[in-house]
Amino acid sequence: MGVATDSQFHVLAVDDSIIDRKLIERLLKVSSFQVTTVESGCKALEFLGLHEDDEINANQPSVSPNNNQEVEVNLIITDYCMPGMTGYDLLKKLKKSSSLKDIPVVIMSSENVPSRISRCLEEGAEEFFLKPVRLSDVNKLKPHMMRTKVKEAHQQNDQEHIQERQEQNQEQNVETPEAESQQDANGNKRKSMEDGAITIQNKAQIQWWPICRFD
Amino acid sequence: MDNGVFSLGLKLEDESKWLKNIIVYAVEGEIPLRHKVRLRTDMNRLLSLLFHQGVLDEQFLQLQQLQDETSPNFVSEVVTIYFHESEKQLRNLRNLLLDREMWDYVKLIIHLNQLMGSSSSIGAKRVRNICAAFRGAVEQNNRSACMRALEVLEHEYCYLKNKLHELFQIEQQRVLGDAVRYPGVLHP
Repeated sequence: MGVATDSQFHVLAVDDSIIDRKLIERLLKVSSFQVTTVESGCKALEFLGLHEDDEINANQPSVSPNNNQEVEVNLIITDYCMPGMTGYDLLKKLKKSSSLKDIPVVIMSSENVPSRISRCLEEGAEEFFLKPVRLSDVNKLKPHMMRTKVKEAHQQNDQEHIQERQEQNQEQNVETPEAESQQDANGNKRKSMEDGAITIQNKAQIQWWPICRFD
Repeated sequence: MDNGVFSLGLKLEDESKWLKNIIVYAVEGEIPLRHKVRLRTDMNRLLSLLFHQGVLDEQFLQLQQLQDETSPNFVSEVVTIYFHESEKQLRNLRNLLLDREMWDYVKLIIHLNQLMGSSSSIGAKRVRNICAAFRGAVEQNNRSACMRALEVLEHEYCYLKNKLHELFQIEQQRVLGDAVRYPGVLHP
């Protein structure tokens, strides 16, 4: 697994135009990002280690994003209009993948079509850039990558805490949960707050979700 | 169409001219300041003209801003790729229009979009706008307008290419002049 030993972020850029690939590569390099460029959605999925058959893996916890990847990718920026798989198709595939859905995705397009823009944002794209992409656009990327890194660090932390608790609770035989997504944690925290008084007797019957996050 | 236009690289007589200049400088050991100033002024003058004519827009300036010591030939590299790709697209367009009976409108639009996109990416405003007009003519099934648009497009492209070549020639003279003045400090 490729661990980022420095604070450099790695961006995967997808565009069928060789000129635009060269441009976005330069823009990203000037902004101190590591860059990989590919010419199609298929090549992008290949690079990310996602194959057509393993889209949704229900058993996989959402915490570990790097199961299939050789290299860590912190953001994907893709052109909208591409032959075969469009940027929108790619976005949908990424969001369906349990291992890749947390990677922020940005869409670029030369056409200013409001319905297209809103469709992409609804599907989970972080930003929509109009081409030609400028340096000022690329400057907007870092916050998205930082946010995901912080989230990952927290989840990493939580996992370690859970493992500690698991070891602690082994003799007591109390059920402890695996780490789960933020929404679940928040929802369950609310539920446990609503439940009010929980006695020691029924503690073993009720599943406790001690991890709660509000960010 | 002029023979020199669709070939990449400098025209032969121009090449020997600036080579001669460089040799003179090498012998004399110094670039006269007036000549350095003249080169820079020439470049600025040409750029201003191209902006004024709407041939280039500020995206071209963005390209120049992305050029630095770590990527000193960025602009000419991108523009060279642009020439290569554009000529391919222009050939495709012409071939599609040569078909006397059925025009493949879908392919026409695809090639036009590609040419439009790359032109916009390097700041070639006029070429980009003509592509847009051409696309309009295709969407309206207006054959004569399409033929005219192709001619205008090819003409505009030639003009752009000539001017950009001129720009690079001036730049190269300046760079090589600097190299002679400061031996050892040669751009990679």
